[in-house]
Amino acid sequence: MNPAQINVSSFNISLAIPEIFLLTALLAIMVAHLFWTPQRQEARLLFASVATLLATVVLVVLKAMPVPSGSVIETVVITPIQYGFSNMFVVDQMATLLKIALLIAVAVVIIYSRSYLATRKLFSGEFICLILFATLGMMVMVSANHFVTLYLGLELLALSSYALVALNRDSARSTEAAMKYFILGALASGLLLYGISMVYGATGSLDVSKVAAIVSGSRANDPLLTFGLVFIVAGLAFKLGAVPFHMWVPDVYDGAPTAITLFIASAPKIAAFGFVIRILAHALAGATEDWQGMLIILAVLSMAIGNIVAISQTSMKRMLAYSTISHMGFLLLGILAGTNNGYASAMFYIVTYTLTTLAAFGIMLLLSRDGFEADKIDDFKGLNQRSPFHALLMLFVMFSMAGIPVFVGFWAKLSVLEAALNAGLPWLVVFSVLMSVIGAFYYLRVVKVMYFDKPTDTAPLVAPFEMRAVLAVNAFAVLALGLVPGALMTACLNAIQRSF
Amino acid sequence: MHSSSYILSLTIWVPILAGVLVLFMRGDAQKATARLIALVGSIMGLLVALLLWIGFDNASATMQFSESIPWITRFNIHYALGVDGISMLFVILNSFTTVIVVIAGWQVITEKVSQYLAAFLIMSGLVNGVFAATDAILFYLFFEAMLIPMFLIIGVWGGPNRVYAAVKFFLYTLLGSLLMLAAFIYLYNVTNGSFSIDDYRHVPLSLTVQTVLFFAFFASFAVKVPMWPVHTWLPDAHVEAPTGGSVVLAAITLKIGAYGFLRFNLPIAPDASFALSGFMITLSLIAIIYIGFVALAQSDMKKLVAYSSISHMGFVTLGFFLFNSLGVASVQGIEGGLVQMVSHGFISAAMFLCIGVLYDRVHSREISSYGGVINTMPKFAFFAVLFAMANVGLPGTSGFVGEFIIILGAMKVNFWIAFGAAITLILGAAYTLWMTKRVIFGDIANDDVKALTDINGREILILAILAVMVLAMGLYPMPFTEVMHESVNALIKHVAVGKLN
Repeated sequence: MNPAQINVSSFNISLAIPEIFLLTALLAIMVAHLFWTPQRQEARLLFASVATLLATVVLVVLKAMPVPSGSVIETVVITPIQYGFSNMFVVDQMATLLKIALLIAVAVVIIYSRSYLATRKLFSGEFICLILFATLGMMVMVSANHFVTLYLGLELLALSSYALVALNRDSARSTEAAMKYFILGALASGLLLYGISMVYGATGSLDVSKVAAIVSGSRANDPLLTFGLVFIVAGLAFKLGAVPFHMWVPDVYDGAPTAITLFIASAPKIAAFGFVIRILAHALAGATEDWQGMLIILAVLSMAIGNIVAISQTSMKRMLAYSTISHMGFLLLGILAGTNNGYASAMFYIVTYTLTTLAAFGIMLLLSRDGFEADKIDDFKGLNQRSPFHALLMLFVMFSMAGIPVFVGFWAKLSVLEAALNAGLPWLVVFSVLMSVIGAFYYLRVVKVMYFDKPTDTAPLVAPFEMRAVLAVNAFAVLALGLVPGALMTACLNAIQRSF
Repeated sequence: MHSSSYILSLTIWVPILAGVLVLFMRGDAQKATARLIALVGSIMGLLVALLLWIGFDNASATMQFSESIPWITRFNIHYALGVDGISMLFVILNSFTTVIVVIAGWQVITEKVSQYLAAFLIMSGLVNGVFAATDAILFYLFFEAMLIPMFLIIGVWGGPNRVYAAVKFFLYTLLGSLLMLAAFIYLYNVTNGSFSIDDYRHVPLSLTVQTVLFFAFFASFAVKVPMWPVHTWLPDAHVEAPTGGSVVLAAITLKIGAYGFLRFNLPIAPDASFALSGFMITLSLIAIIYIGFVALAQSDMKKLVAYSSISHMGFVTLGFFLFNSLGVASVQGIEGGLVQMVSHGFISAAMFLCIGVLYDRVHSREISSYGGVINTMPKFAFFAVLFAMANVGLPGTSGFVGEFIIILGAMKVNFWIAFGAAITLILGAAYTLWMTKRVIFGDIANDDVKALTDINGREILILAILAVMVLAMGLYPMPFTEVMHESVNALIKHVAVGKLN
């Protein structure tokens, strides 16, 4: 056979059409926005970027379609595993579902951010281009089947995020946060890369499928591999923000402009989940026992430190930062179970976590206005008197995060707890349950200030119509998915089962 | 035979939908509409619940009016409802109490009226769900969701220390119920993927496992009942809650804890229940006697009635865990406990409403702020004394029936248990009558009392309805006991067999 022919057929470039489209569109926006007049720029940027993201969603769905005749619904259910770029790139059901989730999340981020950033003169072409580059990076991350591709996607996301945090370059706090984020992020990337190099040393391959075959075969107990695993887990924990690698999270959340915090807290977590699954559950499945122990420690510490430290916060952003850390602990519960059910539960967790976080920050952005950040818990005082509807939405979000039924957060917690118990870790389940009682306390405090306290700030809430509409849909989705979580749960389970 | 019935769903969703509808009413102009919708919604809820009574088959111990729809296939969770003789009465009691609460808040609540009414209506639907659920997760869902409206009721419309009370109430109950959730997940694994409560009744479990499960459920329900020593949230919550909140707390949510013991502890962990009956009886007797003394020392009327509730609920848990030496639970104990629960639902609601009547006028709950109320409010005094007598357990009132049956049951098991339980008859009389004497009788104590106006038609209406129920149940308790008879017998048979083999 002619080697060139093999290359062409295994290249299968059409698999990456959604990514290619996103890149092209983003370059077009980058150039075009220079020619838009300042007064029209804002609306056009918003429209162009959201349209690009939604078009990419359509392409992702079309790409996942197995046969031309299949209906869209069936497609999401059955995506065949397709490899491209010499096995470096994969489109499977997990990648499809995660991409859809993260693209929609980014679109929502842009809609929420618009008026906040516009009043601060930050809603510019740079913001849109950076966020779209980050999105491209995330798409590559969840579709990577090779350690190099994984790393490539990760760095594209990370570099764009560093710049986004520093978007408000005149603010000393943002710059400081960006520096911290950059230095610690670079350190984490270094650890990860170092670990990957050891895996390469132990297995002689960087292809996820090949590494998986070798690790689950003879080399499972190779000390070099175990050593590399430690570095990889440390790097991943950094990216997820799990204790003890969490120090950057509160500072970056607090220092970045709220709209950027919204971005960092939402879609990248979905990508990070895909990343963790590709590395731990795919490539290093043979070493499950080794990483399970490490993840248990990370999960226990994250749930404990995240929940306990969150209690003493007065800043909403820092509180949500610690809340995120504890949520990552719960996410790890699902992953460390090491079963398909566990991964599916973790996937459900991360998708619903993202949905809830978007709404939480969305309301924070709604409350803020020119020269006022609304990033203190006290800024929510008496929200029920200022706007009962938005207080109700925030109530949904807070109770969902606390894991109180009937909101979707309850099902997420239930799924991961079930997975952990099934993995034979009852003490871990009881521990998590106790931690979520502690967690309930600070979520309750937000509800308390909204409903029980008198407002100190009586300025009317102003926000563009599209933001209000999306925010309402978003928060009601937290309730609606709590009432009918079955479809998403099944979709997650199918995605995991059909991707292995 | 009732397989295609939707009555239970209606008892849940009619109040919730009415509540959501009320929530849309905004501002002062729509207050009247909000009240009207709430009244109509709650009365419709009660009428639907009464259909249960009419259609109920007393001769059957199985779940009736059953509904089951697969809900979440991934975890095999069903939207499954059904009532038996144990739970049916409480659905009706709850729907009834909701009507009372809506009327009781008619003129009293003037701030955020629509939210207040909506919270109670949604609460009512959720509580009906708790009693009707036959799927463990569905049960848990209603059980937890119920905390949200109650949290807001205490926190928004409560007294000066309401925030502390609301948070304490929420966290206390959440901790208990999350341990129960862990127990459910464990049972889900043991039964190979079922959340049906009925499957949990039949799965064999070792004594150790049963004991652990027993304590997981205990954590959840003992807090709700509340049993000594996890009762401390109740006086706080009661004192700070608005009158309607206190009524629902005392009449309904406490019953959920006791109901949980019957639905989960006894059938799922029967052998552990027998083994731990001494422990449960000890805690119950402490609640009855010690809390009775604590009630005697209160100077706040609401606190006094709150402690009296704990003491009376101690009777209920005492009745549930009376076993003879062969491990057969006492029929009288369980039936007496159930009767006591319903009766306490009426009496405590009435007591809190009476205190509410005084509080609305004088804005004080202190016993010392009153004295000689009978001189200015003779009609009110009539009702207040009647309910005080019922609280004491005077024969002819509903309070007597349950306590008497439980003491009879206890006597068969052990004389000293019966003796301990009977002390409450003295203590209850002491603290209730002493409070009545200081508040109602005597000379007019101060200008506040002098300025009191007697109860109006609305207040007479709700107190009269409750008085009729208290007397009816006291004079002719048959209709209440005959519905529960078969279910209680089936439960006792199940518990006696045990599940170690």
